[in-house]
Amino acid sequence: MTKKILTYIDHFHGKVQSSSWEALGLAAKIAADNGGEAAALILGEGVNDLADLAFHYGADQVFLADHAILKDFRPEPLIEIITKAANDYQPDVIIFPTTTRGRTLAGMAAVDLDTGVMVDVIDLDWKGDKITATRSIYGGKLLAKLTCSTSPEIITLRTRAFDKPEPDTGRSGSITHLEVSLDPADQATTVLDHQEKASGVSLTDANVIVSGGRGTAINPTLTPPDDLDEAGAEVWKAEQGFDLIQNLADVLGAAVGASRAAVDAGYIVYDHQVGQTGKVVSPDLYIACGISGAIQHLAGMRSSKVIVAINKDRDAPIFNFARFGLIGDMHEILPPLTAGLKAYLEG
Amino acid sequence: MDFGLSEEHHMVQRMVRDFAVKEVAPTIQEQDRLGEMDPQVLPRMAELGILGITIPLKYGGQGMDYISLGLACEELEAVDTSLRVVISVHNGLTCLTLLQWGTEEQKNKFLVPLAQGEKIGCGAFTEPGAGSDLSHLQTTGKIDGSCYILNGEKMWISLATAADYAVVTVRTNPKASKAYQGLSTFLVDLHSPGISRGDLHGKLGVRAGSTGWIAFQDVRVPAENMIGKEGEGFKVTMSAFDSGRYTVAAGATGLIGAALDASKTYADQRKAFGEKISDLQLIKAKIARMSLDYQAARLLYLKAGWMKNKGLRNTRETSAAKWYATEASFQAASEAVQIHGAYGYSDEYPVERYLRNAKGAMIYEGSNEIQSLIQADYALERRQDKKLRKESPPYDHESWT
Amino acid sequence: MKIIVCVKQVPDTAATMEVENGNISWGDAPLIINPWDEFAVEAALNLAADQGGEVTALCLGKEEETEAIKHALAMGADAAVLVSDPALKGSDTVAASKVLAAAITKIGEVDLVLFGQQSVDTDTGLLPVQVARLLKWPSLTLVSKFKEVTPAEGSLQVIRSMEEGNQVIKSRLPAVVSVTKDYGEPRYPSFMGIRKASKAEYPVWTLTDLGIDPPSSSISWPEVNKPVEKEIVTEIIDGDTPEEKAKTLVEKLIAEKVL
Repeated sequence: MTKKILTYIDHFHGKVQSSSWEALGLAAKIAADNGGEAAALILGEGVNDLADLAFHYGADQVFLADHAILKDFRPEPLIEIITKAANDYQPDVIIFPTTTRGRTLAGMAAVDLDTGVMVDVIDLDWKGDKITATRSIYGGKLLAKLTCSTSPEIITLRTRAFDKPEPDTGRSGSITHLEVSLDPADQATTVLDHQEKASGVSLTDANVIVSGGRGTAINPTLTPPDDLDEAGAEVWKAEQGFDLIQNLADVLGAAVGASRAAVDAGYIVYDHQVGQTGKVVSPDLYIACGISGAIQHLAGMRSSKVIVAINKDRDAPIFNFARFGLIGDMHEILPPLTAGLKAYLEG
Repeated sequence: MDFGLSEEHHMVQRMVRDFAVKEVAPTIQEQDRLGEMDPQVLPRMAELGILGITIPLKYGGQGMDYISLGLACEELEAVDTSLRVVISVHNGLTCLTLLQWGTEEQKNKFLVPLAQGEKIGCGAFTEPGAGSDLSHLQTTGKIDGSCYILNGEKMWISLATAADYAVVTVRTNPKASKAYQGLSTFLVDLHSPGISRGDLHGKLGVRAGSTGWIAFQDVRVPAENMIGKEGEGFKVTMSAFDSGRYTVAAGATGLIGAALDASKTYADQRKAFGEKISDLQLIKAKIARMSLDYQAARLLYLKAGWMKNKGLRNTRETSAAKWYATEASFQAASEAVQIHGAYGYSDEYPVERYLRNAKGAMIYEGSNEIQSLIQADYALERRQDKKLRKESPPYDHESWT
Repeated sequence: MKIIVCVKQVPDTAATMEVENGNISWGDAPLIINPWDEFAVEAALNLAADQGGEVTALCLGKEEETEAIKHALAMGADAAVLVSDPALKGSDTVAASKVLAAAITKIGEVDLVLFGQQSVDTDTGLLPVQVARLLKWPSLTLVSKFKEVTPAEGSLQVIRSMEEGNQVIKSRLPAVVSVTKDYGEPRYPSFMGIRKASKAEYPVWTLTDLGIDPPSSSISWPEVNKPVEKEIVTEIIDGDTPEEKAKTLVEKLIAEKVL
C-alpha cells in the first residue's frame, strides 16, 4: 500500500519549476486515495519561503534544508541529503518532476536506495496495491507500462502531463529542518557562472506555443530593403512573419516554435525547432502558422491538447491534426487574432 | 551466391546518406530553383573521399569496391540527381577510364589529384551534331610534333565549367576505313589555351547541377595525354560508358527509392474518401509497382557491380541496369507526382523535381534507344564482347587498400 | 587522457515500431548507433586529439549487434569493448549502469566517461548519472561545451544546460559527462575508418569476465502497446475576412478553455 509519498520540489535559485507542483498535486491525490501523506522535500539556499507554497499545493509536511552549499545545482551534495532524508522518512514513493535536475537526482537516488526509476511518466495508475506507470518510448511510437518491484518506487513525471493543482492558501503543516553537514572542501564540483538563457518562454515548459514554418516568408505584400540579395530578402520576410508570431506569443505568454523547414532555411535558430529532430512538446495549445505539417514536425507536437492550424493551403496535412483550422494567410490573420486575444485576456 | 551486403557496404551507405541528407537535402529545393550548384558540394565530396571512392589507395583513392560506388550513387541520387551526376562524370567517365586505360605515368599525374578531389574531371564525348551516333563525332585532333591540335565543340557536358580535366574523344584519323576506328581519346587540361566553355541554362531537370559546352580552338594537347592508343578512342569511350552507366543505373535506383519513400509517407498521411489514400487500391498499385521496380533495378545494378568487382566484362549487364532503372525512375517519379496530386505538381514537395531529374538519364550516357539496341543485339547474338587490350581492373582488396 | 565513450545501438529512427506478443520489433529497419551518442564520440575524439590520449567505445548489447561499436570505430575511436551476456536481458538502467561501471573499472585508469544525452529508444537519460553515482565520480549532464580540460591537474570545466540557462561548472576528474547536440555536428566515418572498423576485433566481456553477478532489475515492462490514434475532429473556421476568422477563433479558444 502506498502511504508515504515524498516529492522533490525542483527550483532554480528559489524559482520553482511548475512541474514540481504538478508532481506534488499528484502525490497529494495518491495520498488522499490511500489514506497516506504527501511530504515535500525542499533543498537550496534561501528556500524557507517555499515551504508555505508546498503546503498550498498539497504537502502535509515539508522536509527542508537551507544551506549555502546547496545554492547552485550540484547533484552530488543534493543527493547526499535526498538519500539521507529518504532513509530516515522511508517513503513508499518518491516523485520528481522530469526536469534536467529532477531526472539526474532521481537516477542517483535509485542507485543510492537500490531501487528503480520510472522516468518521464505520462500516466500513473495507483489503484490496487501496485503502481503502474505509463511512459512513451521510441520517440512516442510506443507506450510502455512499467512497474517497480522494489521500494521506494521512484517516479519522474513528464512536465505538463499532470494537472497543476489550485493552490489552497489555507493549508499548512509541519516543517522538519534537515541537517546539512557537508564540507565545501569535499565537493568535486564548483559552479563558476550561470548564463541566463536568452529571453522568452522555453518551449518544453510552455503551456502555449505559437510556431512558424516556411509560410512566414511567403508574404508578397512586403518589400524587402534594396540592399538584400534574394536569400537575404527571404530571411528578412520570414523575420517579419516571426515578429507577428512573437507578438501573439507575448500576448499569450507563449513560447515561439518553428518547423524544421523554417530553421533549415535560416529563418530562426535551431533552439526553436519542434519535431523529430527538435523539441518534442505537448502544450495545451499549439498554434501552427504557415506550417504544412510534415511528418517530422507532427512527431514533435501532435500530442498537444489543442492544435490550431493557420495555413493558406487547404490540403496541408497539418489540418488533419488540428482541432481548429483557419484557411488563410497567417500574415493577415495574426494581427487581428493577437488584438482579439489581447482584448480578452486583459479583461 | 550471396545477396547480402557486407558491414562495410552498410557503413558506406549510411555515411553517404548522412552527408546527402544533412548537408544537401535542406537546401536542394532552393538550389534547384536558383538553377545553381551549391558551391560547397564539390569541396565537401572531395573532403569526404567520395570523389575517389572506388580508386586504389595508391592512386589517391579510398580503395572501396564497385558495389560501394553503386551504393554511394543510390544514396546521392535519392537526395538529388545533381550529386550523382558528379560521380558519373568525375568518378565514372574520368577516374575509372584512367584507371582502366591510363598508363602508370598518366595515373600518377592525373588520377591521383582527381581521386583526391583536388581536381575535378568530366567526360566530353557528345557534340552538337553527334550524341548516340558517337562514331561520327566531328571534333578533330591533328598531330603536330609532340602534340595533337584539337578543334571542335562538345555539348551537354556535365561539370563542363567546374572541371579541371576532361576525357575527350576526337577524330584523329579521318581516313580510317570505319568511322569508329579513326577516334582517339585524350585527357585534356581544361585550363589550356584555346579552350572556352560555358554553362547551358533552361534545362528541364538537374537544375542544381552544372551542364555546359566546351569549345576547342587549336588546343595543343601533349601526345602523352592520349588515353589508350591512337584509334582506340571508340573502345576507350565505350569503356567509359560501362563505368558511367553503372553509376547512372545505381543513381536512378536511388531515385525510385526516393519516389517510393515520398509516396509512402504522403499516402499514409493524406486522407480521401474517408480513408488514408494508402488504403485505396489504385494507390496501392502504384506503390507496388515502385517497390517492384526498386527491387529489380537494385538487383540489376548490384549484379553489374559484382561483375565489375570480379573484373568480368559487364557491358550487357550495365546497359540493362541503366535502361531499366532510368525508365523505371521516370515512371516512379511520375506516379509519385500523381499520388501527391496538386501538391506533387508544386515544388513544396520534392517529387516534381524527381520527375524533371529522371528524364535526363533516359537520354544521356547512351539514350535508352541505344540501350535497347544493345540488349537486342546481345539477345540476337549479333553482338559479342571482344577482349579489350585493357580490361576494367577487378576489385582486389589487397592491392587497392 | 583515457576516454571511454559509451554507445548503444537503436533501431533507425525512421523505423515503424510494432508490438507482437509483448515483443517490440522494427521490421527490416536497420540498427544504428544511437544518434545522440555520435555527439559524444565526436567530443571524445576531439578531446583525445587535443589532449593526446585514446578513445575506447564501450557498448552493452547482444553479441551480434555491432553497429554502434563499428560506427564509433569508423569515426575514429581507437578501441572498443562489448559487454554481452544473456543474463542481461531485460536489465533496467540501474542494472545496466552496474555492468557499465564494472567494465569501466576493469578498463582502468579512465579520466573521462562520455555518454550521449539519452538514447532514442528508451529515452531515460539515466545511465550517465547512475554510472557516475556508482563510480562515485561527478556527473555532468547535458554538456554542450568543454571549456578547459586539464587532465594533468585532474580537472575540467564545462558548460551544461538547464531549463533556466547554462551553468559553467568546474569538476574533478575522473568524471562522467553526457553530451548534447549543441556540442557540434559529429563527423562522418571516413572510408578508411569504415574499412578499419569492419575488420576491427574487440573483446567481448561477459559478467564472469567482469567478476560480477547478474545485477537484479527493479523495473519491468509488463505491457507495451502502440498508442491509440486519437480521433481529431477538425473544425474549419470560416469567415469572409481575416478579422472575422480571427474573431471566431478567439471565441472558440475561450470556449475550449485553453487560454
